Amino acid sequence: MTGLLDVRGLRTVFHAPEGAWAAVDGVDLTIGRGEVLCLVGESGSGKSVTGFSIVRLIDPPGEIVEGEILFDGADLRRASQEDLRALRGNRIAMVFQDPLSTLNPVLTIGEQMAEAITAHRSCSKAQITEESVRALARVGIPSPEVRLRQYPHEFSGGMRQRVAIAIALLNSPDLIIADEPTTALDVTIQSQILYEVQKLARETGTAILWITHDLAIVAELADRVAVMYAGQIVESGPADDVLDRPRHPYTLGLLKSSTGTVQPGERLHQIDGNAPRIDARPSGCPFRTRCDRVVAVCAEVYPARQQAGEQIFRCHNPVTSASVTSGEDLP
Amino acid sequence: MSKPGLPVPSIPASADTPLRRRVLKAIRNRPTMRGAAVLLGVLVLLALLAPFIAPQNPYDLASLNMMDNRLPPGAAAMGGATYWLGTDAQGRDMVSAILYGLRTSLLVGLLSTGGAMLIGITAGLFAAQIGGAVDALIMRIVDFMLGFPSILVALVLLASVGRGIDKVILAIIVVQWAQYARLMRASALVERRKEYIEAAVNFGLPTRHIMLAHLLPNSVGAVLVVSTISVASAITLEATLSFLGVGVPVTQPSLGLLIANGFEYLLSGEYWIAVFPGIALVLLIVSLNFVGDRLRRSFNVRAST
Amino acid sequence: MTAYFLQRLIQSIAVLLAVSVVVFFAVYGIGDPIELLVPPQASAAERLALIKRLGLDQPVWHQYFTFLGNALSGNLGTSFVHGVPVVSLILGRLPATLELVLLSMITAAVVSVPLGLYAGLNPDSRPARFIMAGTVIGFSLPSFWKGMMLVLLFSVWLGWLPTAGRGETVAFLGLQTSLFTWDGLEHLILPTLNLAIPNTVLMVRLIAAGASEATTQDYVKFARAKGIPRRRIVNRHILRNILIPVVTVVGIEFGSLVAFSTITETVFSWPGMGKLLIDSIYQLDRPVVVAYVMLTTLLFVGVNLIVDVLYAALDPRVKLSGGMT
Repeated sequence: MTGLLDVRGLRTVFHAPEGAWAAVDGVDLTIGRGEVLCLVGESGSGKSVTGFSIVRLIDPPGEIVEGEILFDGADLRRASQEDLRALRGNRIAMVFQDPLSTLNPVLTIGEQMAEAITAHRSCSKAQITEESVRALARVGIPSPEVRLRQYPHEFSGGMRQRVAIAIALLNSPDLIIADEPTTALDVTIQSQILYEVQKLARETGTAILWITHDLAIVAELADRVAVMYAGQIVESGPADDVLDRPRHPYTLGLLKSSTGTVQPGERLHQIDGNAPRIDARPSGCPFRTRCDRVVAVCAEVYPARQQAGEQIFRCHNPVTSASVTSGEDLP
Repeated sequence: MSKPGLPVPSIPASADTPLRRRVLKAIRNRPTMRGAAVLLGVLVLLALLAPFIAPQNPYDLASLNMMDNRLPPGAAAMGGATYWLGTDAQGRDMVSAILYGLRTSLLVGLLSTGGAMLIGITAGLFAAQIGGAVDALIMRIVDFMLGFPSILVALVLLASVGRGIDKVILAIIVVQWAQYARLMRASALVERRKEYIEAAVNFGLPTRHIMLAHLLPNSVGAVLVVSTISVASAITLEATLSFLGVGVPVTQPSLGLLIANGFEYLLSGEYWIAVFPGIALVLLIVSLNFVGDRLRRSFNVRAST
Repeated sequence: MTAYFLQRLIQSIAVLLAVSVVVFFAVYGIGDPIELLVPPQASAAERLALIKRLGLDQPVWHQYFTFLGNALSGNLGTSFVHGVPVVSLILGRLPATLELVLLSMITAAVVSVPLGLYAGLNPDSRPARFIMAGTVIGFSLPSFWKGMMLVLLFSVWLGWLPTAGRGETVAFLGLQTSLFTWDGLEHLILPTLNLAIPNTVLMVRLIAAGASEATTQDYVKFARAKGIPRRRIVNRHILRNILIPVVTVVGIEFGSLVAFSTITETVFSWPGMGKLLIDSIYQLDRPVVVAYVMLTTLLFVGVNLIVDVLYAALDPRVKLSGGMT
């Protein structure tokens, strides 16, 4: 299947004096036009690096060493710096995690919006203002004309993230890569922003790659979901399928530890141990050191890709649908 | 971190090197750094051994031969010896003058830095421990002192008390203690917020004991790290004051004064009288700064000035 | 805004008062003021007359208020050596010093911004390492020795530039300046260079540190993600943020430039305030020293005020309110 974005075998490493460590280790991803894909994983799983790799915003010591990043048919790994610049913010926009640090503190909101427009097309001053005002209004910022003349510190965190989303929408991109954009915000603002992003994406036909560690967001937002662990996609598929019938023990663990699935009074599940450090990944299946379904072969062989319906997963001893509902796998 | 006992393939051993070894390695792997440290050691050694290795006692007027004045480097003395770096206007061997000058410069630099540290640490410690009006008063004085360029304060001070080694040291202490006080107070305040100090206070230990036994040893590190660079700036300051004619007395010339003495001959091309002491001074300061800068960065202390 | 200025004004006056007390006691309190203030060649009758006229027979606090009152009316005494009021003596030398100081500041800014940006944006490149090592050496060289080496190289050995003095000056806006004659410019080059080096070094380090820190900031990455051209990211996003600390430091360094001009002026026999100060110290011309301290303090305080205003203009987060220190 080819979509808007087709990532194949992406491998991004970080060079250290001791060698190169793969933060992203052979990732395949596909996003269709207008589709919302959630990339889920713990911190350090490589999900943000995947997002930045797609637009090639990886700085030394990081380096993309393998794979293809096909965007609308063209391989971005071969694109020139100028082609990439023309693409970023124009056809692929990004929203970052921490709204407090993404806006330049010494430039007005208006200037930071205007430059995003003029970097990609020539525009009259009046038109820039008009478009900026419209974009701010669209993400629910009151009195946008006044706000344009203000500086970031005059906005709350939630408002700044709305501004960042407005900037991302300015050039009607085909794809928005959102790197945990609501993590730093409190819950009510988070759901407002989620609601608005969903609405906007539907209205404009913009595809979204939403990077998150929160399965509640996935349930609310995603068409499809990809679960990442130790630099690899361990399970992917339609959001409903993956959330209802996870096949990978890690996905199951994430689901169980998500607050949305717990009844009052019930103890919140926790996956044992920590994600392996980038420089200390186990052999075979990287999840085996924390897995409660581990079998002998896990230490030997990296699990092959398996498919069940539209669901893809990599596990030697996948979860069966019965075990999810009965809860027999609880430790 | 992986669990012990599990097979951990393909991890180079150096992944978990302790910090201390990394710092040492960083220093060892830097040729400029190693060079600076060795150079500094050699200069200090030369200064210490000056009376034993100098061909001549430059303070002993009897040993000077006025006939040998302003000889270029490599010239032969009346007595048959060679003046490798030439002689000055009094016929003094420049090698000997530089060795003794190095001694004076280092002495002034170390004593004044030591004095400034002592006062600064005490003031900073009291400001941090007592707080309130005492803190406000000390810090106002510190701000006031740091508001003026040190060279100017020292210059005006010496202009009113006259020249002399002791007076120069005093003047440098006056202009340098404030930066130590600020640094000491800042790191002591950070330390004071830690739980073990709180525990000691709750335990009813006397304030004096808390200050001397806990606060001082745990927060003095930053000050010590910065002190290497301060020795360099003290030496520069002394040299400058001596050059301007308000520093050390002519009877005990530092490198700065030797340079000043050579200044008038510089224009007529007799460069060696000023240039060689200058090179010695620059080597001393550069090596101190290189070592100090690296120390400061290894320990991640921000300079307060 | 008004409240802020009022507060800063009161602070400035407090500093000036404190300096006047310190200076008064340094000069009048320590040692014998008669010894310090009466020219040594004066006769006994002249001494008595002077003591009476200077009010040295009055109690100390009375003397201080007389000193303060005189200072407020612009009278800081008369030079023993030159026999003219010291304030006008020093102000007469001010243009020469300001010319040197301002030119050095401009030179430092023009040189350090590109060097610092380059070193900060390409920290691992060979030229950047070279620049940074150069700054440690530039920072280590004592100003007077640097000046002498410049003279040795460019004047004595190469014979390209004059060794000392100010050269030919012309009046511009009522002030004498060497900026408009070839001879004047020739004389300006070496002292300006010498005075500019420490500031250049300092600013290169500041800008390099600021630039390399800024490149790791999210707002720069976000700007890249917006497709902003690199040129604009550097000139608008990075430089704008670095300017804030740089302006502050340049302002603070203005004071040390005036102080260091004493050294440069001594090496190059530049007839400015600094040279006057050193000469006056040699000649025990105390009123000049006292007046120099008071006037430079006034200068520092004024410049600090300007820097604070500039700082607030550059950084939208800072509001000129009474709360800022």
